[in-house]
Amino acid sequence: MARTVIPFGPQHPVLPEPIHLSLVLEDEKVVEALPTLGYVHRGLEMLAVKRDYNQMIQIVERVCGICSMIHSLCYCQGIEEMLGIEAPRRARMLRVVWSELHRLHSHLLWLGLFADSFGFESLFMQLWKIRERVMDLNEATTGNRVIVSVNVVGGVRTDLDEAQVRWIKDTLVEVEASIRSLQSTIMNDTTVCKRTKGVGVLTKQAAYDLGAAGPMLRGSGVAQDMRQLKYAGFDELAFEPVVETAGDCWARSTVRFRESLQSIDLVRQALDKLAPGDLAVKVKGKPEGEVITRVEQPRGECLYYLKGNGSTFLERVRIRTPTFANIPPLAAILPGLDFADVPVVVLSIDPCISCTER
Amino acid sequence: MFGSFLKTSQVKSPWLMHFDCGSCNGCDIETLACLTPVYDVERFGVINVGNPRHADVLVVTGTVNQRNAVILKNIYDQMPTPKLVIAIGACGCSGGVFREAPNVLGGIDKVIPVDVYVPGCPAKPEAIMDAVVVGLGKLKGILEASK
Repeated sequence: MARTVIPFGPQHPVLPEPIHLSLVLEDEKVVEALPTLGYVHRGLEMLAVKRDYNQMIQIVERVCGICSMIHSLCYCQGIEEMLGIEAPRRARMLRVVWSELHRLHSHLLWLGLFADSFGFESLFMQLWKIRERVMDLNEATTGNRVIVSVNVVGGVRTDLDEAQVRWIKDTLVEVEASIRSLQSTIMNDTTVCKRTKGVGVLTKQAAYDLGAAGPMLRGSGVAQDMRQLKYAGFDELAFEPVVETAGDCWARSTVRFRESLQSIDLVRQALDKLAPGDLAVKVKGKPEGEVITRVEQPRGECLYYLKGNGSTFLERVRIRTPTFANIPPLAAILPGLDFADVPVVVLSIDPCISCTER
Repeated sequence: MFGSFLKTSQVKSPWLMHFDCGSCNGCDIETLACLTPVYDVERFGVINVGNPRHADVLVVTGTVNQRNAVILKNIYDQMPTPKLVIAIGACGCSGGVFREAPNVLGGIDKVIPVDVYVPGCPAKPEAIMDAVVVGLGKLKGILEASK
């Protein structure tokens, strides 16, 4: 049978964001997948020369609206390292609280979209209903649902009072119960398992060699998580990376499911360790020199390279995001799949195209 | 008679298509959140469709850049008339924080005509729902004028 080329995207019902894949098919089997990027490229790194280093916080938050807080956390850590200051302990703990709330809502969002990709719409709706509770937490504590803008160089700008801490804990109890009630559906349901088990297998060696990141890497059995670097307040919290060994779509979704419960646990731990203190240190000087910082995003390792030249403007900002790292493994697992499985496998890497292209 | 049925249903049950045109995802997830249980616009007969040929309302988030301008124009041209375009978020309205970025052309009104602008970074689901209601009022006016 002759080869057929099917364009997948840039506008496709299953994709919330534009990416283009040229799928070369033989009958129903995918032989080759060629990704094309650039539809969401904004040239954001170039804005570093037009905005001063404080204004850049607002720009890097808009690299990705889903994990915005974690982007600004990474950026602020880099600037703080260049300036030789450290955020106070309370600020570091609060950063953990909001970054884990972001991870929680991001994983719930992804689990929902993943369920939608194989047509399990009621599960999608259930998960997004739970997610709205987390969004309420964000909105009530920071003033905005998605882009929370809590980080400043030297600390955070918003505090939590006793009542808010209590309320967050109470809400998380309910959120955890609702997530657990969906556990058997997400992990054991026959229809879910038929579409995800054994589909899009990435071996441990291939995941490591191709430079996969985040749940994609951990789903293949590599225990690597940037939170092991003990940035922000993670040095005082009990934390073990979540690892699954199967390497298929099911393993990736299970990693994310277990991580969402882990995030709830981390938020609780951080709230328990909140001690009275300053929110931010006074910032002196201008950033100079080069620095590389890494944090763990919901999708994997995020790396920032910052170069300052002693003025208020940075000379260069380079951002390497997890989805960019996960595209080569995706292109490697697509060949050999049925065409109908392509949306599920593409979704299983948790593609965040706006991160990738910046 | 069939024509009048179509006109009524276009206003009463608009089919909506969402296109991410270089957004940071913030407005996209808020648009999606409108369709899920807490906001649930489906109870008003709004359905999210994936095919521009089925859509009455085009919801665009994000800025237009050099590459996706053609795609946005294509999608707009594929939609049947009368159609409604809603630009969501600061980026969709004017380019937002990215307006000075090298690859960004600006708001989506640089490429296609826009009926309703929704400010906010990101726009709240309530604002997006309000924009659809305002837009449908406009669509109703167009349909009545064409009778």
